[in-house]
Amino acid sequence: MSENQTRDIGKFFFNKRWWILTTVLLVFFTLWTAEFQQANTTSVLVSTLRHSTPLVLGAMCGLLCERSGVINIGIEGQMLMSAWGGFMVASSSGSLLLGVFAGIGIGMMMGGVLAGISVGLRGDQIIAGTVINIAAIGITSFFFSLGRTLPSGKAQVIKLGPLADIPVAGRVLFSNKPITYLTLLMIPTLWFLLFRTKWGLRTRAVGEHPSAAETVGISVIGMRYLNVIMGGGIAGLAGAYLSLEAVGSFERGMTNGKGFVALAVMIFGRWNPVGAWGAALLFGYASAIQTQFQFRDWLTNDPQFIGIIPFVVTIVVLAGFVGRARPPASIGQPYSRE
Amino acid sequence: MPILAVALAIATGAIIIALSGSSPVDAYKALIEGSLSDSKSIGRTLEKATPLVMGGLAVAFAFKAGLFNIGGQGQLVFGALIAGAVGYGITGLPWIIHTPLALLAGAIAGAMWGAIPGILKATRGAHEVITTIMLNFVALNMTDWLASKVWREEGVIVRTPHIESSAEIPRWGELPAGFFLAVVIAFLCWYLLRSTTFGFEIKSVGLNPNAASYAGISVKKIIIMTMAISGLLAALGGAIETQGVVGRYEPGFNAGLGFEGITIALLARTHPLAVIPAAILIGAMEAGGSMMQFKADVSPEITDIIQALILIFVATPIIVRWFLSQKEANELSVSTTWGS
Repeated sequence: MSENQTRDIGKFFFNKRWWILTTVLLVFFTLWTAEFQQANTTSVLVSTLRHSTPLVLGAMCGLLCERSGVINIGIEGQMLMSAWGGFMVASSSGSLLLGVFAGIGIGMMMGGVLAGISVGLRGDQIIAGTVINIAAIGITSFFFSLGRTLPSGKAQVIKLGPLADIPVAGRVLFSNKPITYLTLLMIPTLWFLLFRTKWGLRTRAVGEHPSAAETVGISVIGMRYLNVIMGGGIAGLAGAYLSLEAVGSFERGMTNGKGFVALAVMIFGRWNPVGAWGAALLFGYASAIQTQFQFRDWLTNDPQFIGIIPFVVTIVVLAGFVGRARPPASIGQPYSRE
Repeated sequence: MPILAVALAIATGAIIIALSGSSPVDAYKALIEGSLSDSKSIGRTLEKATPLVMGGLAVAFAFKAGLFNIGGQGQLVFGALIAGAVGYGITGLPWIIHTPLALLAGAIAGAMWGAIPGILKATRGAHEVITTIMLNFVALNMTDWLASKVWREEGVIVRTPHIESSAEIPRWGELPAGFFLAVVIAFLCWYLLRSTTFGFEIKSVGLNPNAASYAGISVKKIIIMTMAISGLLAALGGAIETQGVVGRYEPGFNAGLGFEGITIALLARTHPLAVIPAAILIGAMEAGGSMMQFKADVSPEITDIIQALILIFVATPIIVRWFLSQKEANELSVSTTWGS
């Protein structure tokens, strides 16, 4: 190994020192609260991954939109609509797969609405997103008829052969449900698409300097429509995850702020899918902390204090990191050709 | 133009009612009967409209400084809980002191809660849309805890004890006095924004923070003050609801009002006085919702959809403009300060 390489590796670890330190501390904290028992540790990690899945999907939706210059504050509403639509289709058709596709389709439609208002009609992006959030609450409450169930139950765990028998890691990583696997595959894929392909370069160009992108022949409006609709599809997958994979039914307001937490995850992950995954795991951990507190019998009489942890973490992250994280430059500005 | 947006939304709502298999004419008839037909139903409409006026004012006021406060619900429940606590916890005061004291306590709690996102925005650049939503969830959990552990009434139901009669806001016949208090506050907001230096500073920051800063206005101070006042207004709505209608705080108190405030503020084009008719409109929908379910068998959630439709039509003036073929539309913008 040459001296240069050694220095590069050293630099890498120095740059990531806060991540490493946090991880080490969290690992120790987890083991301690789990009383150093394998079963407890595993269940904390499983719960972390489960909570992180909708967050990283929501964050990928957000970063896809924002990388091309459109703020998507309506992730919450897109997820809720898809959770509802996916559940309704799955429960009436009897096919979970059809439900998932319906969820993705509805998410894309909601993305189309956001793009239509904010890109096509050049309305305010934050108001457009808020409109989606409010509309989603109204529509899902009006059209939801109680008592529906999934005929075949929610999605089942798929064990990946011998890999699933590895202690701890097998349970955490290789015994999951379909959308979780899909999410784990989407993270590196989206990273590759965004930073190594022509489409990715164009997306980022449109988000940073739309008029320059336009002069070299990229359609700013077209890219924004495409990305916001694709982002909607990813949010739709997150919605389908909630109703078809995690809970197995639809509940009013079941997204419970996850769409907004996902935005904080996106910022914390610096508009990068891999970074967002790290951030989502951290937030997932904050939600999974409930399990740990139960082992130790902490605050079990005051569950409200555990309930606020993910939201407080979100606020702290926003307050602590927003100033330092740089969003795409053209964000929030409607684009029109001069 | 807002009237056209409402008309479009009601027409679309009629189509949805028809599609779900009921008669839109019967449904809207029942809606009007339940909200505007006699003094009792008008009283109920005004009662529903009261926190909506305050919620609408809270959003509209923050809008003037370019801030989007969607944390009205959290501020409202804090105001409602604290007013309830002061309303039952302090005894032996004459009503002339007790009622305003409880209102004031609720308002101050809301102002403090509302100031948090203002401080985070001014000092740390955290966007208020996310922080206010997150604080909603925190507020719901915290008020839940306070009502179930600290100020809980003896018994199975989680709620605070009923307030003393000296803290109750009276009704004049069928008409709730709280509504008229809300109207007075709307006029105060209008005056403050129109005719005072502070109001001018708020509007300057909303129009162009850089120019305002260059002109010697402390943008940070204005952001924090505006968010505090916005929180105060929303919380006062909660306090009036506790003291004038519900009589106590219980978890799940008035869920969802924060979002209705947004619809009302946008429908009123953020004008403090226009908030009053906008709130009466939405209040009438809520007051008549149960009659609509009873007489026309239409789920009251249809009013949520109509509200969402109003919001869509108001927020995209271009859609309405298309119908009117009008050239200029006064567009609202809050996205300029994202992440900076």
